[in-house]
Parts: sequence; C-alpha cells; structure tokens
Amino acid sequence: MQTSYSSSRILLPVRPWFIGFTLLVALVLNFLPTSVWPAVPDWLALVIVFWSVREPRLVGMGLAFVFGLAMDVADASVLGQHALAYVLVAYGGASLSRRILWFPLGQQALQVFPLLLLVQLVQLGVWAMVGADFPGMAYLLGPFFAALLWPLLTFVLLLPQHQPVDRDANRPL
Amino acid sequence: MPRVADFDPRLIDHQPPPFFKRGPAPVALLSFYVALSIALLVVDVRFRTLEVLRQGLSMFTHPVQHLAHFPAQFLDNAGSYFATLTRLQDENAELKRARFENVATLLRSQQVEVENQRLRKLLGVKERQQVSGQVAQILYSARDPYARRVVIDKGQQDKVVAGQPVIDDAGIVGQVTRVFPFVAEVTLITDKEQAVPVQVVRTGLRSVVFGLGSGQLELRFVPANADIQNGDVLVTSGLDGIFPPGFPVAKVVHIESDTAYSFARIFCVPLAGVEHFSEVMVLDPRPPVVLPEELASEATGKDGKASARSGQAKKKRLKRD
Repeated sequence: MQTSYSSSRILLPVRPWFIGFTLLVALVLNFLPTSVWPAVPDWLALVIVFWSVREPRLVGMGLAFVFGLAMDVADASVLGQHALAYVLVAYGGASLSRRILWFPLGQQALQVFPLLLLVQLVQLGVWAMVGADFPGMAYLLGPFFAALLWPLLTFVLLLPQHQPVDRDANRPL
Repeated sequence: MPRVADFDPRLIDHQPPPFFKRGPAPVALLSFYVALSIALLVVDVRFRTLEVLRQGLSMFTHPVQHLAHFPAQFLDNAGSYFATLTRLQDENAELKRARFENVATLLRSQQVEVENQRLRKLLGVKERQQVSGQVAQILYSARDPYARRVVIDKGQQDKVVAGQPVIDDAGIVGQVTRVFPFVAEVTLITDKEQAVPVQVVRTGLRSVVFGLGSGQLELRFVPANADIQNGDVLVTSGLDGIFPPGFPVAKVVHIESDTAYSFARIFCVPLAGVEHFSEVMVLDPRPPVVLPEELASEATGKDGKASARSGQAKKKRLKRD
C-alpha cells in the first residue's frame, strides 16, 4: 500500500486473490466480441498498469508476461507481441508508481496515458517487423478512452480496501 | 548520531538495503523478460516452431474465450428463438421449393459425373478425386486488426490437419492454418498472406488470386491485354494440390489497366460468405498426386540439385521483391 494524494484514510491491505480475479475479468473483457470495435480500450493493459502502480511488489513483470502470452495465443498474433508490451508497461508502472500516486486522479490519468499508448506502439512495432500496414488512427484511440476510465477504475478496484475493519451489521457495504 | 557530512550519498538511491529480500533488481527482471519476449517473437516469425507451446496455452485460453463469446451467442439464439412462426413457415416453404428446383440439376449432375468418369477412363485421363469433408461451426474471429482469420470448432480430436481447404455453400472460404486440440484456425482467402490458384471460367485463363486484407481479393500477374471482364467468375484451378479444382472463389468487380505497368490490377470480391459467421465445411486433404514412374525416378535422381536450384531461385525472387 502506498501513500497517495488523498490518503487521509488508511486502506485495508489488498487481497491477492482479488488482484488475480480482476486480471481474469480483464482477460475475459478483452476476449469479448466488442474488442474488434474501434476505440475499445485494452482492459488487460489497463488493469496491469493499475496494479503495477498500486501494488508494484505483488504484480510484476512475471504476471504481465504470462497474461501477455495468453493474449497472444487467443489473438493468433505473433507469440511474444502482447507479452513484450505488457512487460514494458508493468515495469513503467512500477517505476513511476510513487510519482503517479502523488497526484489527484485526473492528473494520474494524464500520466497513465503515455504508458497505455506504449502498449499499442509496441504492438505496432511488432507488426511493422512482421510486415503489416498501419491499421489506422482509430487503433490509437483505445488508450485515450482507457485513460479516461482511470478514475472510475480506481474507485471500483479499491472498493474492497475501503471496507471498515470492524463489521457493522447495519451498513450495506 | 551521524553528522550530515558523513551521510553516504548512495543511500539516497531508493534501492533497499540488502537485508530486505526483494528478488532480482527490477532492471535485471525487465531485461530478462524483454529478452525472452523478443526471443519468442523471432523464433515464432522466423522458424514457426512454437506450435506446441501455443497448443499448451490454448488449453487455458480457449475455454475462457468460449465463455466470453457465450453472451453474444446467447443474444443471437434468443433473437432467433423469438422469430415469428410465419417467418419460419415462409423459410421452410422457400427451402422446399429450392430443393425441388435443385433436384433436377442434382440428378442430372450425378448422371453427368458418372458419364464424365467413364469418358475420362476411356480417354485414359486420371479420374477426378471425390471430395468429402466434415461440417464445422465458426466460433469467433481473431482479435488482431490485421488478421483475417476465424476459429472453428473442429481440431486435432476430429483429425483436422493444417492445410485443409474450407468451403461454404457458395465457394472457398479459406484454409486451415493452425490446429489446436479442440479448435482450428482458418485463414480466410481475404487475408493478406493467403493465395489461391484460380482459373477464369469463361476463358480458362489461369492465375493466382491474393487477399488484400480489406475484404477484397486481387488477381495478380495477368497481362494488361488479357481477356477479363467485370463479372467474370474465378474457380480454383487445383494446380496447387491443396484446393480441389472447380470450386468458385471470387468474382471480378473492377479492372484498372494502366499502360505504365505490364500487369492489370484486377479486384475481385469473394463469392463465399467469407466475412459472415456460419457453418463451413472442412474438406479432407487431397492425396498427393502420384507421378508416373519415369518422372518419379528422374525427380529422385536429381532431387538434391533440383532443390538447391529452387532454393536459389526463391532467394533471387525474395531479393527482387
């Protein structure tokens, strides 16, 4: 757990199974047929960035690599394409984590945007190596919308850690 | 208490003291994983020897993908479930009518086939191979924005092998390029990497049609003055030994002949429902053509030289490209 800009309260420690669960949900979201639409964010990249910024010691490059390989197989793309992009972005997230968390959520999103753009650019580079054309600017819109979702994502993924320590029967959540 | 002057500037660096065990340094890990990814990339692109790893990983990803596509399929099915009775009756009547219309042609074609076989036997020409196959369903398309590939629900368990042609009710759809234990990947004929040897039905002109990656196909290496018109139908020529001859592939829609180039640019659209989701048929692989004995012995005698020469020719061609 890191100190953050709005850390007037102390969060509960994160549960490792919750991290795994959110990564799996992101993987399923990426597999949905909606992912062929333009400007749909790469959910897995977004969640990997989130956890590597929040918990750099729990989510590292190893997990990013494994999930990247899963994406490669599912996408029928060149093996290692997503893995390379996710590993780089996990490293970037972990090394910038202290700086990013110092800012309020809106400015955090601004700092996360280049990281998410990196994911797409690395994949473009791999495609260029294989010898494919540029797929169009719509491909680079995904990270933009993903960065817009950052405050919402932070709220949702930190919900379990906002629970009070002692259970109150009258409180719904 | 140490004075400020004694403070070791190296301690400002945020590396932890060695008594907190945190595994290898992040940069070391990063270089390890990046090197591993790049090695995978190069091996996969150059040598294509990672199919086993891919198949292993697919045992985990394919169930998850199936799960992810369940809601869409459910919505589709729900839509057809609530289709009105009259529409189904109409469809049924239409299908019955179509069947009766086709019966005459079918019966005749059976008779013609038999006659053709007999005539071919009389002439001493090799008989055409019978085509058979198995029906498969398209599960989903690959997410890659470049790839024109779909995944079907038949795999190694159903004895599908890479290279088998895939057709639907209107013509050639593509070719199986990768086989997993329970599913297989089909590269559509509109994929940039896919080429199909074809023949123009009207004139018998042979050529090769290439995918453009945009849902269209291009007929290449046809001289600018060749006899090709809009609306010409292309069928497989069967010269590749993979696609059986005579299956419709595409229709010519646009011809650009520029005198500056020696070849015309001919654009075609696929006849089969290449970009639709439906049932397809995976045809059995064609048995290899057996050469006559004299040719076979000649081929084996000069095998080493011939292959070396073809290798050189290939290199030259690549350089020219």
